[in-house]
This record gives sequence, structure tokens and C-alpha cells, in this order.
Amino acid sequence: MPIDKFIKLESAAVPLPIENVDTDQIIPARFLKAVERKGFGDNLFRDWRYLEGDEPNPEFVMNNPEYSGSILVAGKNFGSGSSREHAAWAIYDAGFSVVVSSFFADIFKGNALNNGLLPVQVTPEYLEEVFETIEKDNKAKFTVDLENQTFTNNTTGSSFEFEINPYKKTCLLNGYDDIDYLVNMKDEIEAFEQNR
Amino acid sequence: MEAKTLFDKVWDAHVVKKVEGGPSVLYIDRHLIHEVTSPVAFLGLKNRGLKVARPGQTTATPDHNVPTTNQHLSIVDELSRNQVDKLKTNCDEHGITFHGLGTEGHGVVHIIGPEQGLTQPGMTIVCGDSHTSTHGAFGAVAFGIGTSEVEMAFASQCIMQPKPKRMRITVDGELKPGVMAKDIVLYIISKISTSGGTGHFIEFTGSAIQSLSMEGRMTVCNMSIESGARGGLIAPDETTFEYVKGRKYAPKGEDWDKALAYWKTLKTDDNALFDTEYTFDAADIEPMITYGTNPGMGIKISENIPTSDGLKGNDKKSFQKSLEYMGFKEGEPILGKPVDYVFLGSCTNGRIEDFRTFAKYIKGKKKADNVVAWLVPGSAAVEKQIREEGLVEIMEEAGFELRQPGCSACLAMNPDKVPAGKYSVSTTNRNFEGRQGPKARTLLSSPLVAAACAVSGVVSMP
Ligand code: SF4
Repeated sequence: MPIDKFIKLESAAVPLPIENVDTDQIIPARFLKAVERKGFGDNLFRDWRYLEGDEPNPEFVMNNPEYSGSILVAGKNFGSGSSREHAAWAIYDAGFSVVVSSFFADIFKGNALNNGLLPVQVTPEYLEEVFETIEKDNKAKFTVDLENQTFTNNTTGSSFEFEINPYKKTCLLNGYDDIDYLVNMKDEIEAFEQNR
Repeated sequence: MEAKTLFDKVWDAHVVKKVEGGPSVLYIDRHLIHEVTSPVAFLGLKNRGLKVARPGQTTATPDHNVPTTNQHLSIVDELSRNQVDKLKTNCDEHGITFHGLGTEGHGVVHIIGPEQGLTQPGMTIVCGDSHTSTHGAFGAVAFGIGTSEVEMAFASQCIMQPKPKRMRITVDGELKPGVMAKDIVLYIISKISTSGGTGHFIEFTGSAIQSLSMEGRMTVCNMSIESGARGGLIAPDETTFEYVKGRKYAPKGEDWDKALAYWKTLKTDDNALFDTEYTFDAADIEPMITYGTNPGMGIKISENIPTSDGLKGNDKKSFQKSLEYMGFKEGEPILGKPVDYVFLGSCTNGRIEDFRTFAKYIKGKKKADNVVAWLVPGSAAVEKQIREEGLVEIMEEAGFELRQPGCSACLAMNPDKVPAGKYSVSTTNRNFEGRQGPKARTLLSSPLVAAACAVSGVVSMP
């Protein structure tokens, strides 16, 4: 699926100060039975977000109208566990286009980038600061600038320069995906097969 | 010539091209698929008007969703049935070998690959499933991919991947009696944590690793991913060659000789450098069990659950939240804790050796009345062997029954779900919240420890 472009974003953020949020929490296995990419956003963080009987859990941040925005800020080691891309789809489909954490699991990071969801890895100290800013003001805005690779806390003015693979950056800025690239390499791949 | 690690040798031999400032275009020898992570990729392919480029290098099996009883009947759950049916239609449309329910080739995707000889040293193997790392036991570079990458592999037989860093974990010495491969890997993860391996590909080596059977090596590589690593691998040796030889898709005749000569070169050169190294002493390892909600939260069964003393801030909160979920208290012994369910199976411990170990322990004993036990073979071939070796009789006499192959309670997408609040001693790989059913509590262990718990009805030493 071709991805949406990502260039720059200014938004409030939704805090999830929990560590080791694994893919079974992001989207439990029982919601992986679809054969199309549809409706995953509704089941994002399903078992935290809803009480038994499908009632929204008032204690969960996504059910609190005070919090909004398309940036999700989470504790360290986000996205560990399975390779299910449904995790990235669920986050994206629920309206997030950036996830901030001090550490991401590898497969999750790759999956996110392949779907136009930008993982921004910051230092533990910077992450603390972001959480504090949101705690003081849940409407606080942040600016994510992919071109310059900066994440800025609009309240404090402090800016963090994040890393991203240059190739992936180009893909996101332009909305390209890897499949187009690979399909265009058909001849080179055939030549490789011949020469092994 | 530059000294190379085993991982470098296999990886480098598959790089079609290195993208400037970006990932490598990596050629894939084998692509394994199952019903959960493939349908959206097939759909994507269709939307682009493409066909699977190398259907002959792709193999399919439905495993995640399937029931483990009455497999000859139609699957009751409509969504599961739909996914399984969809896999079959997609495979037919693209000319991909499909091992359907009830056929002799059916089973959990990571069990059937090695069984059929599809998994061979020196290969690159991918699957839309993180435990693809299992195949690394053969000296293959094997790792899990997302659905976008499944679509890439379909479209071009290549994927784009940055090259991971290299880690070596050496386990030297002799294992104590009762210590299985599962204990080794649970021990390692308890030491390096669930993020310790991030960004790396791990080579496992040392005399304790070399002494393992292929089954045991697969268990270790299977769980390498739980340390956050991209995958794990073990240099192929006589044990490996012996296992591969004669299998359905293994090279034959002259091809075998040629392959073997190449496979023998697949080892880390003496001076090769690793980015990270760990060494452990096999004598320090004892039967393990997990007490928390990630695979790094493991202890020796004889130990007490750790306390949160010394932890701060979010670390402390996460630890306490985990114990609360499990219904355990800091510092208390794990021995003697009640057990409601025992699950033997999965791509971690669903192979013949695991069933032999389990059967040997329970022979002449009785299942505890308070325990519900699910014994689920990893594949139809494992099931057949269990029957042929007379293990079923041993199980039945002890009050156990054998079910049919599939992932089952490993991720509870099928009807085998552990009820809320219940304790499940499981030979699987993940004890995440809700992994075996909403609010279910999972304790990961070896098949031997699982057998001891099934018989005593509480957490106990084998
Ligand atoms: S047995 Fe468990 S870990 Fe293995 S493939 Fe199935 S669900 Fe995944």
C-alpha cells in the first residue's frame, strides 16, 4: 500500500507513560482475523481502553477528552513482541502519525516506517521532560519536522534532533514505498539469481 | 581476506544491492507464510496488478487460527475460517504449495520448515512472524517481517533491510541434569533483558550450545527474538547435517555433496569481530520459570520472586504493575504457587523431543485434578511420531490427552484460551498480559518443568 507523505506536524500529544508496551497490548491477537486492512484503529490498546462488556474505561488516556493530538508518547521499549504490522496499522488508523519513545523494538520500528508512522526516538531525559510538559498542560503542542529531523517542545522551546535512515526519510517525505523500488529492480534481481 | 562472522557470510552472500545511505536489498531463499499476516499482502499485490514472483520458494500453512480438536470439521469461528480459506485461495491463485489442515505436511510454520528440509544452512528465510528466528538453528539467517515486507517478498523475492549488528553469546560447560534448552534461553534473557539484543543478530556458541540436539537449538534460536534481537543463529555442524539429510526438500546426490562442502565453510572466522559479546557458564543454569509479564522476568524455580528495591520511577511502576497482574507478591517463593493450566506445544517446544521429555516424566504418574492440560503437537509429523513411539498411551494412562497440531494457546487466536485470572504454565515464548487469553496469567517454562507442574498441580521442581 502506498504511504501518506509526512513532512511537518504540529500537534498536542497523548501520553502513555508505560514501559515495554508490547504488540499484544497494542492490538491483541484475537483482533487479527481480518483479511483486509480495515478497522484496526478501533481495537488499538483494546484491553486497556475498554472494560468488560465493551464499555470505554474512563481511566484510560484515550478515553479522556482532555487529551488529543496525533502524537503518541510512550515509555521505553515500545512495540516489543510480535511482527504483526497490525500494531502499526492500529496506531496509524487511530489517528496517530508520530510515536515518541526512548526506545523502540526493531520490527515495530520497521513496520511503522513502512506505513507512514514516524517513530521518534529521544533520550530518556528528554522523554521525561515531554511527559512533564503534558502533565502540566494537556493541550501543550509539539512540532515534528522531518526535513530537519527535529522534535520541538513548543512550551519550553527545547528541541531534539532525532535520527532516521536517510533512505526511509526520503520515502516518507515523498510517500514512496519499497515495493515500487523493488519491482523496478527486476533485472538486477534476475541477474543476481543467475550468478549465484 | 577480512575475517567474517557466520552471520556476515550468510547475509553478504544475499545482498543484491546496498542502497546508498539506506538498507540492503536482500535476496530471500525461502518465504514461509501463514493465514494471519499474508492476506493484506496478497491484497496489496493484487491492487498493483502483480503476481508472486517466485511461488516455488514460498510455502504456506494455516496455523495461528486453527482449532486443535476435530480438525476434519469446518472451523466454527467464522473469521478464523475465512482467514484459513483465504490463504488456500490465494495460494491456489499464485501456485504456492499449501499444507492444509489434516494433511501430512501441516503444522506450525516454524516446525514444518525444518521437518521438510526447507530450512537449510546458509539460507535467508523470512516469514511474517517474529519466531522465524527458529530456523537460525541451522545456520540460516532467518527473521520475522511485517506484512509490507511479505508483500515485497511476494513481488520481488527480496526485502529491504538494514544490516543488524553482531552479537555473540557463548555458553560453555556442562548442563546440569534437568536443564533444557528452554532454561538456557530463559536464563540468557533474564540476564540481558528483553531489549538487550535490540539491533543485533545473535550467534549462539560454546560447548553447551553445541551439545544440544537440533530440537534444542531451535528452542534457543526461537526465543532469541525475545531479547529484542532480529534473530539468532548457530553454526551448522554434524548434528545439523545429520538432521537435514534425507528430508523431503534437502539436496540429494551430487547436490548434497556440493551443499555440504559449502555448509562446512559456514562458521565464524577466528578473528572476526562482534559488536557485543556475552559469556555464560552452563553450570550456573537451573530449571527456570517466569513470574512476570515479559520473557525477561525469569528466575530459577528455587529462587524467590525479586523485590522492587533498587528500582526507580517508571521501572518500579512497571515491575509492580506486572506483579499485580500476575497476582504475586515481591520476595515470595514461586515454588508451590497454584497451577490451573499446562500447555505443552508451540514453535518453541512443540517438537518430538519435547513430547518425549514430557512423557518420560509423567510415565506412571497422574495428572493433578486441578490442572487442565493441553498437549498440542507442533505438526502432523510430530503427532504421527508421538503415536508411533507409544507416547500417547503413556499420556492417556496418566490422564492426559493429545490434541491436533497448531499454535493453539500460544497466542489464543483459536478456542484454546486460558480464562481470566487463571495460571498457565506454558512451554511457549511470551507471557505478555492477555497473550493466552484476556487477563490470563502465563508462566513460561521448559517441557520438563511443565510436566512436573501438571503432575503436582503447583509450581514445582522436576
Ligand atoms: S506457535 Fe506461537 S510463537 Fe510460534 S508461530 Fe504460532 S503463535 Fe507464533
